[in-house]
Amino acid sequence: MAELIAKTPAEGLLPVTAGTMTLTEILPACVTSVAPFKGQEKAASAALKAACGMTMPGPNRATGKDGARAVWMGQGQVFVLGPDAPADLSQYAALTDQSDGWVVMRLHGTGAEDVLARLAPIDLRATVFKRGHTARTTLLHMMMSVTRSGANSFDIMVMRSFAVTAVHDLTIAMKSVAARE
Amino acid sequence: MRLKCPLCGERDRREFYYVGDAIALDRPTPDAGDVAWDDYIHNRDNLAGVTRDLWYHESGCSAWLVVTRNTVTHEVLSTALASDVKRGAAK
Repeated sequence: MAELIAKTPAEGLLPVTAGTMTLTEILPACVTSVAPFKGQEKAASAALKAACGMTMPGPNRATGKDGARAVWMGQGQVFVLGPDAPADLSQYAALTDQSDGWVVMRLHGTGAEDVLARLAPIDLRATVFKRGHTARTTLLHMMMSVTRSGANSFDIMVMRSFAVTAVHDLTIAMKSVAARE
Repeated sequence: MRLKCPLCGERDRREFYYVGDAIALDRPTPDAGDVAWDDYIHNRDNLAGVTRDLWYHESGCSAWLVVTRNTVTHEVLSTALASDVKRGAAK
């Protein structure tokens, strides 16, 4: 029997520090795509609240907190990041295991907004993109999910296969912003 | 060019993929006849002016949109979720 070695999506890539900013990997034990069946959105939300403590987020929003978070990922789709798959929802929604398929990173520190301003084509300043807001957009040419998790913190998700490129692009932007301070 | 996604808000054209004429939403019945199916599959007007097309928000929310815009003035007149249009909630 082969001895398989589990590697995290950003194994050997993170953490990265530039100036006062850090980019670290977040490792949710389980990432599950929840796509409510037609007309079952409210029932799915109630079941998620019972199971994980947060409701299903609407478009461009995230609910929950560190450790158990639900992030809107597109039309009719939410990702639940937490310790377990919300199996109780299976009668209301299509559940698909996405664990290990995405790299989840946290960009933290003064200047994080400036870093993302170099990479994403949307306004992520605190006046319009507040805590609990999320967006599907691009990180240069990669599709990403970006969620504000704090005053100077963003949680960034890209597909696992983009991890090296995403860390590279974020690192270059972090160093460029740090060099100007 | 910027398109206003009904879910995500106004976004850069880079996030979208052009899919073609919105006639794709009006599929004829199987027995509609050769003329109707010929028009549905092959015949397009390619006009300069107001067009009604499908766009896919591929780097965003993955929704299909119906975008009405003017190819002469580049004005975007309206956008709607294709799922709403199909269900008759918007036109």
